[in-house]
Amino acid sequence: MSDIVEKTLTALPGLFLQNQLTGGAAAAKAPFSSRLGGLVRGITALTSKHEEEKLIQQELSSLKVTVAAPTTTLKMMKECMVRLIYCEMLGYDASFGYIHAIKLAQQGNLLEKRVGYLAVSLFLHENHELLLLLVNTVVKDLQSTNLIEVCMALTVVSQIFPREMIPAVLPLIEDKLQHSKEIIRRKAVLALYKFHLIAPNQVQHIHIKFRKALCDRDVGVMAASLHIYLRMIKENSSSYKDLTGSFVTILKQVVGGKLPVDFNYHSVPAPWLQIQLLRILGLLGKDDQRTSELMYDVLDESLRRAELNHNVTYAILFECVHTIYSIYPKSELLEKAARCIGKFVLSPKINLKYLGLKALTYVIQQDPSLALQHQMTIIECLDHPDPIIKRETLELLYRITNAQNITVIVQKMLEYLHQSKEEYIIVNLVGKIAELAEKYAPDNAWFIQTMNAVFSVGGDVMQPDIPNNFLRLLAEGFDDETEDQQLRLYAVQSYLNLLDVENAFYPQRFLQVMSWVLGEYAYLLDKETPEEVIAKLYKLLMNSAISSETRAWLIAAVTKLMPQAHSSTIVETLIQEFTVSLDTCMRQHAFELKHLRENVELMKNVLPVDKSCEGMVVDASLSFLDGFVAEELNHGAAPYKPHHQRQEEKLAQEKVLNFEPYGLSFSSSGFTGRQSPAGISLGSDTSGNSAETGLKETNSLKLEGIKKLWGKEGYLPKKENTATDEVEAQPISQDSVIMENVDQIITKRDQPPALTQSKEEKAKQLLASSLFVGLGSESTINLLGKADTISHKFRRKPKVKEIKSGEITSAHTMASSSFNSLSNEEDYYLDTLQDRGDKELKKLSFNSELLDSESFTELHMVEKLSNCNLSASSLFADNNLEIFHPSQSTAVSVANEVSLASSLLEEPTEHMHSDLMEVCNNETISVSSYKIWKNDCLLMVWSVANKSGSELKNAMLEITSEENLKVTEQVECCLPIIEAESTKNFQCSVQMEQPFTEGILSGIINYQMMDSHSVQLEFSVALSLLDFIRPLKISTEDFGKLWLSFANDVKQNIKMSESQAALPSALKTLQQKLRLHIVDIIGNEGLLACQLLPSIPCLLHFRVHADGLALWFRSSCSTLPDYLLYQCQKVMGES
Amino acid sequence: MIKAILIFNNHGKPRLSKFYQPYSEDTQQQIIRETFHLVSKRDENVCNFLEGGLLIGGSDNKLIYRHYATLYFVFCVDSSESELGILDLIQVFVETLDKCFENVCELDLIFHVDKVHNILAEMVMGGMVLETNMNEIVTQIDAQNKLEKSEAGFAGAPARAVSAVKNMNLPEIPRNINIGDISIKVPNLPSFK
Repeated sequence: MSDIVEKTLTALPGLFLQNQLTGGAAAAKAPFSSRLGGLVRGITALTSKHEEEKLIQQELSSLKVTVAAPTTTLKMMKECMVRLIYCEMLGYDASFGYIHAIKLAQQGNLLEKRVGYLAVSLFLHENHELLLLLVNTVVKDLQSTNLIEVCMALTVVSQIFPREMIPAVLPLIEDKLQHSKEIIRRKAVLALYKFHLIAPNQVQHIHIKFRKALCDRDVGVMAASLHIYLRMIKENSSSYKDLTGSFVTILKQVVGGKLPVDFNYHSVPAPWLQIQLLRILGLLGKDDQRTSELMYDVLDESLRRAELNHNVTYAILFECVHTIYSIYPKSELLEKAARCIGKFVLSPKINLKYLGLKALTYVIQQDPSLALQHQMTIIECLDHPDPIIKRETLELLYRITNAQNITVIVQKMLEYLHQSKEEYIIVNLVGKIAELAEKYAPDNAWFIQTMNAVFSVGGDVMQPDIPNNFLRLLAEGFDDETEDQQLRLYAVQSYLNLLDVENAFYPQRFLQVMSWVLGEYAYLLDKETPEEVIAKLYKLLMNSAISSETRAWLIAAVTKLMPQAHSSTIVETLIQEFTVSLDTCMRQHAFELKHLRENVELMKNVLPVDKSCEGMVVDASLSFLDGFVAEELNHGAAPYKPHHQRQEEKLAQEKVLNFEPYGLSFSSSGFTGRQSPAGISLGSDTSGNSAETGLKETNSLKLEGIKKLWGKEGYLPKKENTATDEVEAQPISQDSVIMENVDQIITKRDQPPALTQSKEEKAKQLLASSLFVGLGSESTINLLGKADTISHKFRRKPKVKEIKSGEITSAHTMASSSFNSLSNEEDYYLDTLQDRGDKELKKLSFNSELLDSESFTELHMVEKLSNCNLSASSLFADNNLEIFHPSQSTAVSVANEVSLASSLLEEPTEHMHSDLMEVCNNETISVSSYKIWKNDCLLMVWSVANKSGSELKNAMLEITSEENLKVTEQVECCLPIIEAESTKNFQCSVQMEQPFTEGILSGIINYQMMDSHSVQLEFSVALSLLDFIRPLKISTEDFGKLWLSFANDVKQNIKMSESQAALPSALKTLQQKLRLHIVDIIGNEGLLACQLLPSIPCLLHFRVHADGLALWFRSSCSTLPDYLLYQCQKVMGES
Repeated sequence: MIKAILIFNNHGKPRLSKFYQPYSEDTQQQIIRETFHLVSKRDENVCNFLEGGLLIGGSDNKLIYRHYATLYFVFCVDSSESELGILDLIQVFVETLDKCFENVCELDLIFHVDKVHNILAEMVMGGMVLETNMNEIVTQIDAQNKLEKSEAGFAGAPARAVSAVKNMNLPEIPRNINIGDISIKVPNLPSFK
């Protein structure tokens, strides 16, 4: 193929000449269109970018005149469009032509229309306002009898279409699903898929039609529908399990060669179709034994058939392997898949090798023995000339890192890091190294040095949480205080050494880390005095290459060190120098420093030694300024508007067209695309699905939090061994293990070939043994039956193994049950079972400390559990709310049935409810009521009991409410007869229309006695705001978005005694009493969310400080935060 | 999903760029430059896959490219596409171009940008692979060309003649598959009371 192209174009100018002379195929024919040729020729002849710019600007201005001229025919316009497309592609702005592109699509004949549509789809983006002008054209073309016009319209719809205008074309496109031409049906399916992507709620009703498309008689249409299914199954596999059989059947027929021959590609039947189907099956069979069983046969068949040695068969094989390892495992298939991976890894073709490594990375946790099998290949790949292969290898090693091979692996990663220049790679790799170092560092020196390398290479591109985590780790320390001090001391010393190096350049971030550590922990030094440290910092401060941000860090460090220093000449010069600095920030720091120096008492108070982890009392609300503010306001100053409010006002001014339906409580600015409907449904919370996905998100977030903590806990495993864990014997020193391994490898390797080995080979094997140490012991417990063949290579001494296996038996049983069903990420935690036990203990103790909750005992399946911070005893435990997600209609019918039954407590068992309370009575009748706090409403149940011995007639119950409340769904208020000594139940659901604190629901009951005089009784029930508050389950991310989009906020500090203000107890109170949902806990701050029924969200951010809580509410409703704050103060006061 | 398809020559001059996700003009140009920068410094005998740069990248996205004489064909895809599958798709694309232009060369791409886009539209629609069968694509393109030409010719002719041509059907090869025993159950909708 490449030959064909090769022979054509080697010298552009020559060809142009030829074209001119002969008018060849590539040359432009019409005189007008030859302008493009001229343009291209001109550009090619140019040498500098500047000249090109000039030429194009010239061209654009002449085009501008042409397109605007009334004499320009459509045909000319078409040529102009092509030239505009060319200019835009080169990156020049041709926006003046956009409107003409739309006009061309509107008015042109087929050929011109096509160019018009093409230009539109290249020029405009989804939210471009001109796009609205296209809608009419699209609608017209969709209705055209000309197939090509319909095709063009469908294509443009699937490329760009304004979300708000979907309803205008949706019915037309749905019709096209029944079109007689398969190409139209196919394009219609894809257009609908596009709609599903940008506005899923608008196409919900046509899911049945997708199913029809799947069964279409034409393969192409079926294949197109697979795109949709792949997507939807990825989002939620459980609702499509019933289709598994169909997918399997389709794949079977495809693999079996039942398709017409023209579907073959290099005599492989429809390879892309197969790939798609295999992916779908992988998603469906994940963690599901029954579904997986359906597909074992066809997977086996696919593996068997894909024997041809062509690129595309490898694509199928790769998907097969991926699927086999994704679904519920079957050992036969796994064995075959493992052999396939071998084929990939050992292939001389570099693409296949890459994929082989990828596959290995994917399966490594399930089957570490595979890595051992291919260890020599992996070692070779580490030195591969292709950096991509190297990176993939490092990724693989990253997955198998444990406490024993960490030093070698990190060393390899650092080597790679030093060679690469791509920012993306550095960011990625630096993060991984930092993570591994925190988790498995063998000792202090290594840890600090590794982190030094990370900071100096990763420098200013890395994720900011790396230095943050590192500093927190240093500051918070571990259980052992002396160990912590040593770590800090080591860090301080190593930084001083680094700063001594002449002419060394360090990234700003690294300098910031250094200055913080020096400021905090320089007091640990015995030899160097604080003065010396200050001198070094001063030298840095004077360096011109230092950014002003870093300067602030440095001066902060100097400030911290000042109380410890005896003489302070340097500080004085420093103050002198910076009090006249032009940098206001520095100047302020200098003045602060000066003031502190003059007031020693204050200085000691403000800057205590080694108290970085202890909170300080800060008046966050700046209440001491209140007087000043009041005075200024009196003098006519404008009241302060928070940043977000200002921004919103600005946005409101800018907004031109509002497509959002009115009445939605969410501001549109916070959402884009697919998130918008999700956000709204979060509020209403009526669909079980949306709540569940929301839940998943929070879970995954939680997980990450836990992982980080593990990292910290998992760090320094040695210390754990000696200090806490007596059962685990100190593993044999690494060296001896390596030696042993090497011996074994050598003896094993030596058998077939000659006895002599090159040095290089030996070095490689040594490397291998140090890389793969720790995997061997694990392989003994893998389920896949290949362990015996490998494990002898890397077995530890039996003694150690026995002890270990004893220790982790429980972990074994648990792990083996869930081993293969775990997803990739979960596998990550299974790294080494050895570490696992410890981690688990650690994690448990940590969590129970924090939240004091029973439910944590089951946390080894953390992933599966819902929000873990709910205590079991909680009044509104989320568990209760989650189980039952009725749709409105079913809920009502259920309630109806139950309410007619005589037993009172049958229905409420599913929901939280209040106690039965008598609201009024006389000698014949008694009315009691209780509240049921349902997910979507407040249900009031009234039970009218006839206490007399005779029956009552024409009983009437009438409920009236205040204006703030709305009573809906009143059921059967009138009963002709109440029999003697019986009870009747009525119910109604109540909605709150305006937030309030306390409301009254009053009612009247009328009835007639046998002697026919009528009696009327009045009663009333108090409702509180809390009756309408429900937890709002959102993820931290959504919280962030919502937070910014809400304009109404209220801040307040609540004073509390120290014991009450502790985070766990405060959380518990808020959760139980106010029914808030805990979104996240970050340090001493908590994020909570709730909603006022039906769907007004309110967010709470609170921070614990020494003697109280700082509460900050935000909501879309202006009054809700105030009311909630009031409630909050009330419950906090009570507890 | 395919995020973008880029063709540029050995000097980084873009010859075709098609984005299936909205990026601003500037970002598009940056992506083209960054992609060229990444791809051009790769040797001939290394793998055809790249983890994307920062702009189009993220850990989820990949660049899959092929180098033909003076041109690089680069597909930016997310994780839901098969690497090898896309590699063959590029091959199909190039072969199709070759068929449609009879020995395609860089100049064809320059002077017939619109045609190339049309061919691409028959293969990939809205980021989804629509058709992978070269013959099928060529048939579609040919039929469209024919129809367009004839329409242009009939521009002044009576409307009847035009509609006669219009109703000339596109060739359709029977490509039925027997998926007979699929029984898809329509899920029961919750009844509303």
